[in-house]
Amino acid sequence: MAITPVHPWHITHGGRMVNFAGTDLPVQFTSIVKEHQAVRTEVGWFDVSHMGRFSFTGPDCVKWLNQLVTCRLRDLQPGRVRYGLVCKEDGGILDDVLVYNLGGSPAKWAMVVNASNRAKIKAWFLNHNHGFQASLEDQTEVSAMIAVQGPQAIALGNQLFDRDPSNLPYYGSFEANYSGIGVLVSRTGYTGEDGWEVSLPAASALPLVERLDYLKVMACGLGARDTLRLEAAMPLYGHELSDSIDPFQAGLGRSVDLEKDFIGRDALLRRRGHADLPVRVGLSGSAKRAAREGDIILAEGGAEVGRVTSGTMSPTFNHPIAMAYLRPGFAALGQPVAAIVRGREEAFTIVKLPFYKRPGR
Amino acid sequence: MNPKDLKYAKTHEWVRAEGDTLLVGLTRFAVDQLTDVTYIELPKAGAKVKAGEGMGEIESVKAVSDIYAPVSGEVVAVNGALAADASLVSRDPYGDGWLVRVRPDAVGPLDHLMAAEDYSKQTEGQ
Repeated sequence: MAITPVHPWHITHGGRMVNFAGTDLPVQFTSIVKEHQAVRTEVGWFDVSHMGRFSFTGPDCVKWLNQLVTCRLRDLQPGRVRYGLVCKEDGGILDDVLVYNLGGSPAKWAMVVNASNRAKIKAWFLNHNHGFQASLEDQTEVSAMIAVQGPQAIALGNQLFDRDPSNLPYYGSFEANYSGIGVLVSRTGYTGEDGWEVSLPAASALPLVERLDYLKVMACGLGARDTLRLEAAMPLYGHELSDSIDPFQAGLGRSVDLEKDFIGRDALLRRRGHADLPVRVGLSGSAKRAAREGDIILAEGGAEVGRVTSGTMSPTFNHPIAMAYLRPGFAALGQPVAAIVRGREEAFTIVKLPFYKRPGR
Repeated sequence: MNPKDLKYAKTHEWVRAEGDTLLVGLTRFAVDQLTDVTYIELPKAGAKVKAGEGMGEIESVKAVSDIYAPVSGEVVAVNGALAADASLVSRDPYGDGWLVRVRPDAVGPLDHLMAAEDYSKQTEGQ
């Protein structure tokens, strides 16, 4: 099993460790709810070093990325970040990624991919380079990535870096200096809160984490990361996304630019508006038992219309929430449905996503 | 940390003999493993439970686990406070967070259960 540069800290601070996509990572340090609330009301940090980090250089790197990522990139300015999908020829999703235009001459770009898909996506890019003059370098194992999230995150970043992250637009990035070391900071995250993520050399990760701990930023594990992203309705690969689901089914059509050429475009043109494919919905319950991944959803009248892909008791709202894929005729907002939770039906209502939007957004 | 006057099941329930009934709860180890308990489902008073078989479930933010009956018998009382506030089981697992009171089918020593010392050994290093 792989470890991250922050692993020794997790062990000495009581992290409850699990194998997540091949990396030994903490589920929680104290309590998922406490860590969740810290991010919603103050600030917390996460070790996200397991995420794959690729850098791209060479004159054709934009062409290469454009060919393999669904979102529009030609107008992505230096210092900006965009969310996109990597699809196969039939439109199924291979991964969801963040693409960074780092600017410079020659042009430099970067991409962050899911840990579970890192090898697959690297191979996919190398097998589809069409003779482009560009190269991909996998930085994952020589670097670390820390996410700092919550209402106090931006002010805290200003204390740590020589540049003020409050000057960054949402989904903006800059190179900054952290105690003499060059790092990449972006105003991005996976929690529904404001905040930033920093990529830095592996050797600088432990000093940064010690500093965050000294500044009383709460250490958070994968458990809180999951409940936070679920409330914000951010999809998780392997749950809401897979190679048998297309971006339109997932409600991610805004991240697909059908006017450019890319792998999967022809299939997606056909699949768009196909009224027979299951679609992603939000479910909200009022009882105490949470619907979990795999639970069957019944429409009124008892017909099976889909399955839950992620579900939990929401720490923010204190009622169960879930995401599910439902047959489109049964996916209208406001519809009552039932989830079969360990043999017994629990009532849910189809609601608009996201469940949680931070104040002011 | 596990009270010496209780007997323990390997599935992390404890039993306290009180007159002709047995009080049943979950161990500190179990509730610490779960953390963030959101819901507990227990049998109703009058229900028959069988040693080693499921009698309820305990749900945390992260997952759901079964609760097993440590003895066979009839449930004579259920801790109603847990329905209003399931986290009581985490705050006071050996006291106010008890689960059910059972009238055992057979009176006698609870030899199939462990002493505190043996249970502590089982959970060490987990």
